Amino acid sequence: MEYSTGGKTVANLCIKNVRVIDPDNGKDDICDVYIMDGLIESFHQSPAGFSADFTLNGEGKWLLPGAVDLWARLCEPGLEHKGTIHSETKAAAAGGITHLCCPPDTLPVIDTPAVANLIQEKAYQSGYAHVLPIGAITKNLEGNMLSEMHALQEAGCIALTQLRGPIKDTKVLLRCLEYAATFDITVFFQSQDAALAKNGVAHGGINASNQGLPGIPSTAETIALCRDLLLVEQTGVKAHFGQLSSARSVDLIANAKARGLAVTADVCAHQLAFTDDVINGFSSVHHVLPPYRNESDRKALIEGLESGVIEMICSDHQPHEAAAKAAPFAVTEPGISSVETLLPSSFQWVKQNCLGENRWVKALTQNPAQLLDIDAGHISEGSQANVTLFDPEGTTSITAENLLSDGKNSPWLEQQLPGKVLLTICDGHISYKG
Amino acid sequence: MTLAPANPAHQLQLTEDGQLKHFLTTEGLSKSILTEILDRAESFVGIEKQAVKKVPLLRGKTVVNLFFEASTRTRTTFELAAKRLSADVLNINISQSATSKGESLMDMLWNLEAMASDMFIVRHQNSGAPHFIAEHVTPHVAVINAGDGRHAHPTQAMLDMYTIRKHKGAFENLSVAIVGDITHSRVARSQVHALRGLGTEDIRVIGPKTLVPSSMETLGAKIYHNMEQGLSDVDVVIMLRLQKERMNSGLLPSEHEFYRLYGLTEEKLAFCKPDAIVMHPGPINRGVEIETSVADGPQSVILKQVNYGIAVRMAVLSMAMSGQASAAGLSDTTEGVE
Amino acid sequence: MSLIEVNPIIDNMIEQLEGLLQQRGISNPAMVGIHTGGAWVAKALHEKLKLEQPLGLLDITFYRDDFTKKGLHPSVQTSELPFVTEDQHLILVDDAVMSGRTIRAAMNELFDYGRPASVTLAALVTVPGRELPIQPDIVGKAMDLSPRQRVKLSGPEPMSLELIEVD
Repeated sequence: MEYSTGGKTVANLCIKNVRVIDPDNGKDDICDVYIMDGLIESFHQSPAGFSADFTLNGEGKWLLPGAVDLWARLCEPGLEHKGTIHSETKAAAAGGITHLCCPPDTLPVIDTPAVANLIQEKAYQSGYAHVLPIGAITKNLEGNMLSEMHALQEAGCIALTQLRGPIKDTKVLLRCLEYAATFDITVFFQSQDAALAKNGVAHGGINASNQGLPGIPSTAETIALCRDLLLVEQTGVKAHFGQLSSARSVDLIANAKARGLAVTADVCAHQLAFTDDVINGFSSVHHVLPPYRNESDRKALIEGLESGVIEMICSDHQPHEAAAKAAPFAVTEPGISSVETLLPSSFQWVKQNCLGENRWVKALTQNPAQLLDIDAGHISEGSQANVTLFDPEGTTSITAENLLSDGKNSPWLEQQLPGKVLLTICDGHISYKG
Repeated sequence: MTLAPANPAHQLQLTEDGQLKHFLTTEGLSKSILTEILDRAESFVGIEKQAVKKVPLLRGKTVVNLFFEASTRTRTTFELAAKRLSADVLNINISQSATSKGESLMDMLWNLEAMASDMFIVRHQNSGAPHFIAEHVTPHVAVINAGDGRHAHPTQAMLDMYTIRKHKGAFENLSVAIVGDITHSRVARSQVHALRGLGTEDIRVIGPKTLVPSSMETLGAKIYHNMEQGLSDVDVVIMLRLQKERMNSGLLPSEHEFYRLYGLTEEKLAFCKPDAIVMHPGPINRGVEIETSVADGPQSVILKQVNYGIAVRMAVLSMAMSGQASAAGLSDTTEGVE
Repeated sequence: MSLIEVNPIIDNMIEQLEGLLQQRGISNPAMVGIHTGGAWVAKALHEKLKLEQPLGLLDITFYRDDFTKKGLHPSVQTSELPFVTEDQHLILVDDAVMSGRTIRAAMNELFDYGRPASVTLAALVTVPGRELPIQPDIVGKAMDLSPRQRVKLSGPEPMSLELIEVD
């Protein structure tokens, strides 16, 4: 079914006998779901005047709120050779995502309302997903001067961040946080000590050392995380910590929460799946930031998710053209193409009983929606349909041909992951149908 | 569901029946392959006695010296080795800036392959670069690692193994100490792998914590921070070259302090066995790593090491070429009467 | 399979060699055996001829013309020529000459050591199948084999020559 800007396909459909999992509404029932004129009309009987464009047998399938992805690069403007808003939101829809945040490392950087507006406009035209830009907290992400935070907020930036780029000094960082707190702007942190991470391309452990690759020690993350948490405490800014990679980081977040700090944290789905053992073949698809760490870190991240210390799972999607990865490990660009594998790659831990079903759904829907304070991540009667039909018994086969993203840099190429996205409806429109 | 590494270097360099077809690392090589390299080198040493110091093994083959990092000494040794095997040799020195000017490594490889190259000898500043090239060259092209980043320098390590065997006979009951900047040394890593493969149990690495990564223990080496303990009763001492820039990056306070603690003086040499040999991959910083009287002394085999370099490289080049022939399915093990 | 006595063939070669050396006016020749069978034969000849020069050994592995097809032979011996070959009269010894390719390789290698005064080729046996214009000066035994027959020399002490049928 074609979905286009001019004639958006409004969904009129019925999904019979489907298990609706909506932690936000405390709902977990098998029922018939009627979606009419793009709204969730009824969970029981056919509404008046309903004529289904098609009816699906939902037996054995799960109807989930559309996933909300906190970090996904769309590469536009400026890096269209890696991906475009059109191609990457289309890929996100295929991954069951209805809302996504895009970080500010575009060209130019999202540090002006113009860039923020451009991205939202293009995303709206494409119509595959809600795109919520994350603005830069300093001008051009250079870490020297504050960006026009209020203007960015007005222009639709859902949060502000410095990404992993260094800030000139702690005083500038403090000023950034104070200023953001003034306007109740959420700050997304990717805590990293620049000096300890300098030139590093892999976890500063045994494997990097033995392979002769410059390492990034876990302390590059934890030292910066400690500092950031203390500054958050001092300024009272609304803070979220993205892409934790080490066990000690999970402890630090847990401690901060225990002393009453209202912070949240997320983890990338791929950090749950890999350790730094994978760098032993110098395979550049495993060049990611933060780097894969060791097995105890990986386990701690899954446990942190299950215990609720980490509330959310994101894709940290980063599509690349083939040439960006076709070089010796250290000179390749970091990141993987991962919007399309967000659900199945994290669902494997549900399958293996490491993660509860409810936790998993919340981490992808309700929790990020609440963090962003957006009307998403739930399936409520009368609300716009933002849903994903998921087959827990299906399998997703990942091949370069199947991936809709322009980036084919998936670590799961030629492999299968459990679970499959069958259908995605974004704002009542069918954005993906497998 | 963690993913196993797809192609560790030590698998990529072997044919299905376990012969060498690239030479990327000494890691994971069996004792029989390592010994074969040494034996083969032994047979090439004799060629120096010939009036024509050449054998026609690689006649008609094109060997490309692909050096992304300047090294006259290593390049010359490889060049001579290839020429003594009768190959045609092409030397290409690529400064870092040239590759960053748009021509990617892949493009360059394809261009060179179009010239019907049979072998690439690669020196690169990035760890894993020869591995990357080996994964992407067309089949039948052999890749020899002439040093990559901090990862490996397998031919230098094999030359050191040759030297050790020449003086000590076997590897099994030896104690070998490697002293200095292990962290940044591709030679040290390759030496440890080779020594392990050849059966040496007692491998020691000596230096301050800034220069000796704790991961060396996982490779089977014991870590010492003190020369008296580390050198106690060893048969072989390998001194590594100390780069001047280590002082600027805060890894060491001064050359003077390093020499005082870890420089090999006659006094410290006395901790070793009386017949211990002293090695150094060169070039030597006299008075930084090693005392002149030790470097030139009776226990030093530093100059002899250089002599074996060509034979060891001839061995590796011919074995990799032979492995490529066998990987191509041309191998026929039945021998006629001749 | 049948065994052929080696000693009478060696004696035959000695007799021919002595005659040929005398005829050519060669005194004090040096002998070189081709690894491995040729070296055994050369050793026997060397002892019986009581040559003054030490025995030389050639391993022609590095000079074979089928390297790119077959790769390297697993065990290579070092060639040992413990005398100056320049202007030296040489006797090159192999066990069996069939295609002639081994002798071609051996002569190439010999010439990489220097320019000998002359090379006399001696073979324990010759069998049909020549691919190069090479004929030994001394032939211990010329054997007319069928295409399915091969000869195989075992040694070094004692040497025995077998006639094998192959499929």
